[in-house]
Amino acid sequence: MSTNSTTNATHGEEHGHEHVHDLRDDYGSKLGMWLFLFTELILFGGLFLLYMAYRYQYFPEFQLSAKSLKIWMGGLNTIILLTSSLTMVLSIVALQRRKIKASIYWLITTIVFAFGFLVVKYFEWSDKFAHGIFPGGEELALKSQGEKVFYGLYFTMTGLHGLHVIIGMIILGFILVFIVKGKVSPDRFALIENGGLYWHLVDLIWIFLFPLFYLLH
Amino acid sequence: MSDSTVNTSGDYVNFYQYKGKHSGILGWLLSVDHKRIGLLYLGSMVLFFLVGMTLGFFMRLEMWNPGQDVMGPQTYNALFTLHGIIMIFLVIIPGIPAGFGNFFLPIQIGAEDVSFPRLNLFSWYLYTIGGLLAVASLFLSGGPIDTGWTFYAPYSLRTGTEVIMPLMAAFILGFSSILTGVNFVTTVHRLRAPGMTFFKMPLFIWSLYSTAWIQIIGTPIIGITILLVVVERMFGVGLFDPAMGGDPILFQHLFWIYSHPAVYIMILPAMGVVSEIIPTFARKTIFGYGAIAVSSIAIAFVGTLVWGHHMFTSGMSDESRWVYSFLTFIVALPSGVKIFNWVATMYKGSIKAETPFLYVMAFIFLFSIGGLTGLVLGSLATDVHLHDTYFVVAHFHYVMFGGTIFIFFAALHYWFPKMFGKMYNTKIANIALAIMVVGFNMLYFTFFILGYLGMPRRYYDYLPEFQGMHQFATVGSWVLIAGILLMFINLFLGLKNGKKSGNNPWGGMTLEWTVPSPPPLLNFKKIPTVKYGPYEYEHYDEVTKNVN
Amino acid sequence: MSYTDTNEGKIAHAHDPRYGINVMIWITLLSLTVITIAIAGLDLGNYTLLVAMFIAAIKSGFVINYFMHIKFEDLLFKLFIAGVIMVLLVIFVLTALDVFLR
Repeated sequence: MSTNSTTNATHGEEHGHEHVHDLRDDYGSKLGMWLFLFTELILFGGLFLLYMAYRYQYFPEFQLSAKSLKIWMGGLNTIILLTSSLTMVLSIVALQRRKIKASIYWLITTIVFAFGFLVVKYFEWSDKFAHGIFPGGEELALKSQGEKVFYGLYFTMTGLHGLHVIIGMIILGFILVFIVKGKVSPDRFALIENGGLYWHLVDLIWIFLFPLFYLLH
Repeated sequence: MSDSTVNTSGDYVNFYQYKGKHSGILGWLLSVDHKRIGLLYLGSMVLFFLVGMTLGFFMRLEMWNPGQDVMGPQTYNALFTLHGIIMIFLVIIPGIPAGFGNFFLPIQIGAEDVSFPRLNLFSWYLYTIGGLLAVASLFLSGGPIDTGWTFYAPYSLRTGTEVIMPLMAAFILGFSSILTGVNFVTTVHRLRAPGMTFFKMPLFIWSLYSTAWIQIIGTPIIGITILLVVVERMFGVGLFDPAMGGDPILFQHLFWIYSHPAVYIMILPAMGVVSEIIPTFARKTIFGYGAIAVSSIAIAFVGTLVWGHHMFTSGMSDESRWVYSFLTFIVALPSGVKIFNWVATMYKGSIKAETPFLYVMAFIFLFSIGGLTGLVLGSLATDVHLHDTYFVVAHFHYVMFGGTIFIFFAALHYWFPKMFGKMYNTKIANIALAIMVVGFNMLYFTFFILGYLGMPRRYYDYLPEFQGMHQFATVGSWVLIAGILLMFINLFLGLKNGKKSGNNPWGGMTLEWTVPSPPPLLNFKKIPTVKYGPYEYEHYDEVTKNVN
Repeated sequence: MSYTDTNEGKIAHAHDPRYGINVMIWITLLSLTVITIAIAGLDLGNYTLLVAMFIAAIKSGFVINYFMHIKFEDLLFKLFIAGVIMVLLVIFVLTALDVFLR
């Protein structure tokens, strides 16, 4: 996926060597990025669809299970992601205002926040694992079917989301290198904008995951 | 730009002769030229098609006598699964859009290339990797997958055969399909030549555009479904496993939310090709251009909403059954619009019955049978009787094979002179078509009757009273394969020793017929300015004055 | 749809980039998060889900419009997003038709 977004925004330059023409089209690469984001949205949409169906089927079990998740951990992660979204935007704004150093710092902050999210997630998951609540875990095996489904969804959805956080970090890391090297610059910032779009999507999905798993009890 | 497209003697350099950074095989494998990538796709697809066809041949052979002939039940299960996976994911879905779409989309809209050329090459690599993984999975310890191409849970969760690898192959192929879709939508929006408004685009482009949207919106759903099955097998999550509280019918929902629209990914581009071929050979503006263009979008949209008709007997709610049945009948409307418009285009046209046109005639005949039997399956009462019988097999072979693959062949014959600058033997091509049509109907029409009489699909064995018809169908499969092989051999000979075809052998009016055959590297000497609609034959002389 | 006719607009120019508005949006989003957590403590019965999803929708509206810049993009982007959300909704409704009534 990282290949995709980098390809989108830099092809004009590379392409130019071979085809003589410079086909740089920032609008086009932004359009392409959005189309790709739609696919991500629908990828998660399928999981939300399952959530809807199973919540209807196992309403009491879902309410019961949601109580066992720690709101403060989910809330902390929400704040972390929202703030990282802000620092992402600030990095872009700084670059557009030709403040390259500030842009780099904001971007590093964003990546640090992303890492922080994963750390919190790690503690959250290992707490559950320690209590035997994981797919195939001895404690979960004793629970009702509805609870098994709840935790199945919980681990799948937050896991896939976490995977996207990791991919986002990799993308942002590449962009960081490009800024340092001057490949992404105040005159050529489509790549960081597209990376930002990806990062906001990760945030966007969490905005729905958080209430669905932590708050509805 | 003129430097790279004209050689010293003043002739143009076509894209085969162009020497980029790399030459030889690397010049193909690393090329970002949409024409080379299109041909890479076409080559891979023809190979995979022949593999899939061979699998089908052996399946028919097994059905010669009741009981075991050449293989046991497990092998038979693996064969129909692979036949389905290869034909659907590797041939029919990418067939026309990734192959012909890549080659002709930029030329038909007057562009030098697609929006993201490197992404385009990356898609081909994903396609190839997916294909290789699917083949490699045969040799893993578990043995070839035996779930059918639909991977229905809970069987796909429990079978001991190798499921994860072919599923990952399908996932990667889906990713390739998504990236092609993203590329095409962006290209259509960004790179149309001056004057080429949406309603001056060739209808092939309209169909590719609609298809690309289904690829973008539908494919992720199968992606997540596949991932869930993989996660379930690896970690025992249990979201579809009834033993752990999961609901297998939800698997069917998710699967068909993609896989039904995928049917339109398969057929819409074929309909686009038909809309190109008919006006060219009738030398007449297409009847109801706007209606055909908009019906592509309508089919794409309504087609997204009818997946439930694959699940009438799964035990879903009565309300959704009649809603899906109703919506299914609605899709027949835009499809009918197309058929009637094509026929109306031919009315009073000065028809030249050349090979591509004859293929289209065969298509209209076969596809109409496929479409009408689709209505039989789409209505609840009859479906209960016919569900999971040979009738269904016959229906989707009429639409997928008689529809998409026949048009894939038609497109091969239509654009062959443009792609290679050479001409095949048209007489042999027509004979091959005739043989194919006869074999096709012997094989699949028999299936309709068998299914109606109660022959279930996916069985390697059958009751003795069906033997006569099964043998007739098997003979039909031999005739069909003979026709296909004759067609490919003829094309291959045309490729090797065919006569020069000229730049516009059929008298087409869309932009690809205004450039030399084979096209130069960047397609156009100068990006054209479009004044007329794609099939306005009253302006034929003006549009094509620079050809030849 | 005439933007393909020229090269203009192919190279993006910064659209009056500002820090302040984004900080405001961030504060709003944090406040909405606090509100949604607070409401979760109340017992609203069947409305809990609706209220939570409503607030989440408002939050995503802010993220999409400001952080993702859609408010300032062409109509084309807005149409696409609206279309995709609509298709998703229809898929949810059609699936619910089976799941809720089975």
